[in-house]
Amino acid sequence: MTHATPSSADARPIRFYHRGAVVSIQGMHTTRTVLDWLREDVRCTGTKEGCNEGDCGACTVVLGELDANGQLQLASVNACIQFLPTLDGKALFTVEDLQAMTPAQSCCGGAAQPLHPVQQALVECHGSQCGFCTPGFAMSLWNTYEQHRQAGTRPTRQQLADDLSGNLCRCTGYRPILDAGQRMFDLPAAAFDRAAVARALQALAQEPALAYGAAHHTISERTDHFHAPRTLEDLARLRLEQPQARLLAGSTDIGLWVNKQFRDVGDLIYLGGVRELRAVEERDGALWIGAGATLEQAWAALAARAPALTDVWLRFASTPIRHAGTMGGNVANGSPIGDSAPILMALDAQVELRRGAAVRRLPLPDFYLDYMKNALQEGEFVQAIVVPLAAFARQVRGYKISKRFDCDISALCAGMAIALDGETVASVRLAYGGMAATVQRAARAESALLGQPWTEDSVRAAQQALAQDFQPLTDMRASSAYRLQVAQNLLQRLWLETRPQGPLDAGRTSVFSVLPHGV
Amino acid sequence: MNKPVPGHVLNHPAAFAPYQDNQRLRLDPGAEARAHQAGARVGISQAHESAVLHVSGSATYTDDIPELAGTLHCALGLAPVAAGRLLGMDLDTVRAMPGVVRVFTAADIPGANDWGSIVHDDPILCDGEIRYLGQPVFAVVARTREQARRAAALARQALRVEAAPPVLTPREAHARGQYVVPPMHLVRSSSGLDEAGIRARIAAAPHRLQGSLDVGGQEQFYLEGQISYAIPKEGNAIHVHCSTQHPSEMQHLVAHALGVHAHAVQVECRRMGGGFGGKESQSALFACMASVAARLLARPVKLRVDRDDDFLITGRRHCFWYEYDVGYDDAGRILGAAVTMVSRAGHSADLSAPVMTRALCHFDNAYWLPEVAMHGFCGKTNTQSNTAFRGFGGPQGAIAIEYILDGIARALGHDPLAVRRANFYGRGERNVTPYLQTVRDNVIHELVDQLEERSGYQARRTAVAAFNATSPVLKRGLALTPVKFGISFNVKHFNQAGALVHVYTDGSILVNHGGTEMGQGLNTKVAQVVAHELGVAFERVRVTATDTSKVANTSATAASTGTDLNGKAAQDAARQIRARLAACAAARHGGSAEDVRFANDQVWVGGRQLAFDALVGEAYLDRVQLWSDGFYATPGLSWDKERMQGHPFYYFAYGAACSEVVVDTLTGEWKLLRADVLHDVGRSLNPAVDIGQVEGAFIQGMGWLTMEELVWHPTSGLLLTHAPSTYKIPTANDCPPEFNVQLFEGENAEDSIHRSKAVGEPPLLLPFSVFFAIRDAVAAAGARRKLPPLQAPATSEAILRAITAVQAP
Repeated sequence: MTHATPSSADARPIRFYHRGAVVSIQGMHTTRTVLDWLREDVRCTGTKEGCNEGDCGACTVVLGELDANGQLQLASVNACIQFLPTLDGKALFTVEDLQAMTPAQSCCGGAAQPLHPVQQALVECHGSQCGFCTPGFAMSLWNTYEQHRQAGTRPTRQQLADDLSGNLCRCTGYRPILDAGQRMFDLPAAAFDRAAVARALQALAQEPALAYGAAHHTISERTDHFHAPRTLEDLARLRLEQPQARLLAGSTDIGLWVNKQFRDVGDLIYLGGVRELRAVEERDGALWIGAGATLEQAWAALAARAPALTDVWLRFASTPIRHAGTMGGNVANGSPIGDSAPILMALDAQVELRRGAAVRRLPLPDFYLDYMKNALQEGEFVQAIVVPLAAFARQVRGYKISKRFDCDISALCAGMAIALDGETVASVRLAYGGMAATVQRAARAESALLGQPWTEDSVRAAQQALAQDFQPLTDMRASSAYRLQVAQNLLQRLWLETRPQGPLDAGRTSVFSVLPHGV
Repeated sequence: MNKPVPGHVLNHPAAFAPYQDNQRLRLDPGAEARAHQAGARVGISQAHESAVLHVSGSATYTDDIPELAGTLHCALGLAPVAAGRLLGMDLDTVRAMPGVVRVFTAADIPGANDWGSIVHDDPILCDGEIRYLGQPVFAVVARTREQARRAAALARQALRVEAAPPVLTPREAHARGQYVVPPMHLVRSSSGLDEAGIRARIAAAPHRLQGSLDVGGQEQFYLEGQISYAIPKEGNAIHVHCSTQHPSEMQHLVAHALGVHAHAVQVECRRMGGGFGGKESQSALFACMASVAARLLARPVKLRVDRDDDFLITGRRHCFWYEYDVGYDDAGRILGAAVTMVSRAGHSADLSAPVMTRALCHFDNAYWLPEVAMHGFCGKTNTQSNTAFRGFGGPQGAIAIEYILDGIARALGHDPLAVRRANFYGRGERNVTPYLQTVRDNVIHELVDQLEERSGYQARRTAVAAFNATSPVLKRGLALTPVKFGISFNVKHFNQAGALVHVYTDGSILVNHGGTEMGQGLNTKVAQVVAHELGVAFERVRVTATDTSKVANTSATAASTGTDLNGKAAQDAARQIRARLAACAAARHGGSAEDVRFANDQVWVGGRQLAFDALVGEAYLDRVQLWSDGFYATPGLSWDKERMQGHPFYYFAYGAACSEVVVDTLTGEWKLLRADVLHDVGRSLNPAVDIGQVEGAFIQGMGWLTMEELVWHPTSGLLLTHAPSTYKIPTANDCPPEFNVQLFEGENAEDSIHRSKAVGEPPLLLPFSVFFAIRDAVAAAGARRKLPPLQAPATSEAILRAITAVQAP
């Protein structure tokens, strides 16, 4: 079934669940952020603005959505880069909600509302100093708390640190916050009525798909539209009908265009409502990652099949960004410093493109034409990323180099896969981000290795060839010389880890192996 | 997904200690409970007075204050080039933007177009000369913040400029002899030599080390950006809510900008979302601009800058460049040292002169330097005006001598700890600083001995060497470094404070003082001091917003002195009230006033016990003054700025840290494996708050020396790292898995507030140990006795560069 493009007059309002009730919003611009709405319109000022670009976590809120089984799933996101219409049909939780989940004390006496265990633990462990980042930490910790309470588990300290990768604190040095993350599970449990929220979301799901319009704030006589189709077919049709409209997935990039560059993004077609695109599953000998699947889902699926990718997964942006952003968006965006593409190229991934009913697949290297230019035709969109399962039979590595472990953009990122036939290199993929205008495979270095014995001499030859493959740039993340030297040295690391004689485990090649990631 | 932790890497069984172990190591709840029961309110790990408000999101920061009807929003149009002339402005397009109410330029400012704190060289809005890329040129006031920002963003199109080539680095400024204040010289000899004599002594020493070092700057990255909310009042008065460490200075500068007296300006700050020095002087531009707009429009105006603009407009920790030349003996003892320090001051003086003074006064760190020739230059550059940041030059001064000592140890093939020890200040001799203050409270020997023992330094030194001998790619490094840090403002008259204590008839107590709360727990400690003095529950005491209409002529909350000064002032006020209450109690119930005891909300008088609030009620009926002011001025200070000598510090705070890192010789990546810290806070007023300061400073200082890198475009002068996406401060994963932090047992030799010591800045020097552990690991990757040319910040790139250098044939 299809919907006509509505005028602003007949559009239904944005509806979502907030503080125990369904909120209806009309008239706000399509790019009004959740944070500005919270702080300026409803005066929920507990959620803070620290950077307005999704990098500090002071604005962390938690969104609730029903999954394919009708179960409520929670995920922390950055309110500063989420547009209000993307909340449609979801539940929004902020720091102001936490105390309501704490059963009021049975006796009277006028005592203040008791704190949620997350909050109580932060107080007891001296986890706040200036307090400005604290609501964001509280919400990230609440997300962790609920996730583990549901599963009947407790996080390791390492998992807590990984869960907090999107929250900056400048005062405490984090130790007391990590302590609080452990302590909160030792306090009397809080009650969160999931069923009530799920019922509210089920009711919202009965509404027609959102096709929202609002007047532009500076251009008079212009209405900007926000379409949130719910089926792949509707999405494909909308994309054909409105090729000028911009596709929006996690808004982890487009949010910055609006907040920082004041770019006019025009009409938006939102992918988040298309359930078919959120699937991550094995199909016909391949891992099919729908373009609407979050980065967290996509990376989890890759790392499950290639555990050596765990570090790259955890170092891709931050937890809230991975909850919002999609791998499809990262690939379609085509930034030369996006961390998905080098790994996916090493895995021989293809992009599945759709235009109307027509579907085609392209090897990922063929998708990128030049800096921020790709092979998409008018009306076409990335529908999925397809990784052949055979790729996981090779030895796969992902190496990310950046100034900071968590949530940093790569100076360079390498995806590598190698298969040996005895001691001979039978196949090899070396893909690098941060080394050229697009993510690229190192063709000369690959040729230098293919069919050669996997020895240090071959590595040296490949290192020399790599200098022909890339002439990287100098910028604030790294110099050209460093990028090239490390790109070459990572071949050495690959060799040390995969050489037939005495390969070294990651504990002897990576300083981050001291972080016991994983469950 | 399971990745087993290899035993040979993670060989510390206590790694990822559960929180209970972390607490046990740091605090002694049993002893605190006993002290509390006995009536003590200091020495107790009271939670931050705002902790419950923080975690519930109800703590009010400036932007959270409910806006008055008619509030307008201000945004700044910034200079698009780093140097040159402003030829003109085409502001009609800016004015035509939706929602814009007015656009202001320098010509609109009714009073002085200046927010300079010491030297008056900081225009609020550009007066024709463009000084740096990001300098505010005009101010847009609009109905919403977004509208103001969108209009201000048209600056590039609206401004007609004539660009000139900028001077961007301290070295370039030094080469041109271009400084914001005159150079400073501190030449001191224990044997009466002049500089030529000192240089000759260095040249004649058994060994000599010469070199240079670059240490980068650091962005404060307070989570709450700069903000002011100005509300016009009757009779040309104005009320400014400002996120500032220095309300009195804001008051004066706003008064100058408006051309009114100070009494017409009220500046208020309940709390900041972090300051770290960045809101000491540099909150002024925003306070002044919001006030000017509010006055001229007769409407409330809020100015909250976006994070990117905050980076582009305001300054930060000065980066330093050093050249050194030292002579030393076979034990590594320094016989003479000459050092030149050049800082990047930016386009104006701001606090660069006192920062350089503190750097020169901390070059000695914990070491006796018999002959020194120090020269400090504050390079004038076309960049943001650098300013205060936790440590205020102290860290920049001290890291130079640590670099030198580390180099001496490596050149001699000695353990750096042994060389450091050989140079420590003595207790009865070898104890005069280059600025001629005698060190009388030295505890560095026993403190370092204890830390060496607790950290297992010697055994781990052996283990690190064994690891490195068999590890082809990863190398470990270990370092133990000391801290000595002088407490007081170098400017004598800043060392004063006032407070007000009100006791209401229901027995509740309100405290107000001149210090500001930026998260450091100042209000908590001051409330504890008052509760302790009056013998009441902590909950009875409430501390209110810092307000220039309450306590006048306050000093900045800076130089770690907040509690020392304001705690003493509040104690003075509380003691006066207690004395009056005691007199009243004795008169009513018998006995002498001196024998009246206050503790645990009770009063013991004349053999009777009565509740504190009952006595307060009686005192009110007896017409006793139940409120008081208090005042404090630090005794014994002197400073001769011209001769760079005197007794600038009331006392010294000490500490030491031992860090172990692992470094990847292929990529330069590194990880802090373990840190052990022992830090001297005298007799702690609040152990939990003090430990919070120590740990926070450790991680913050580690960020400065490792991952936090500021990059300006080499030709345009644009700060490229102007947001958290490009400027990386530490995250939770950078906190070491094993982090053992303890307070040194001791007390202040001076009569400070309850014999405690200041804690804000000194621990920022503790993570020198991380930097030198990295340098140690780099050294292990190369030939013996080769000095790794590691610069700060030790980013992975800087580390790999140093590794490549030590591995070069």
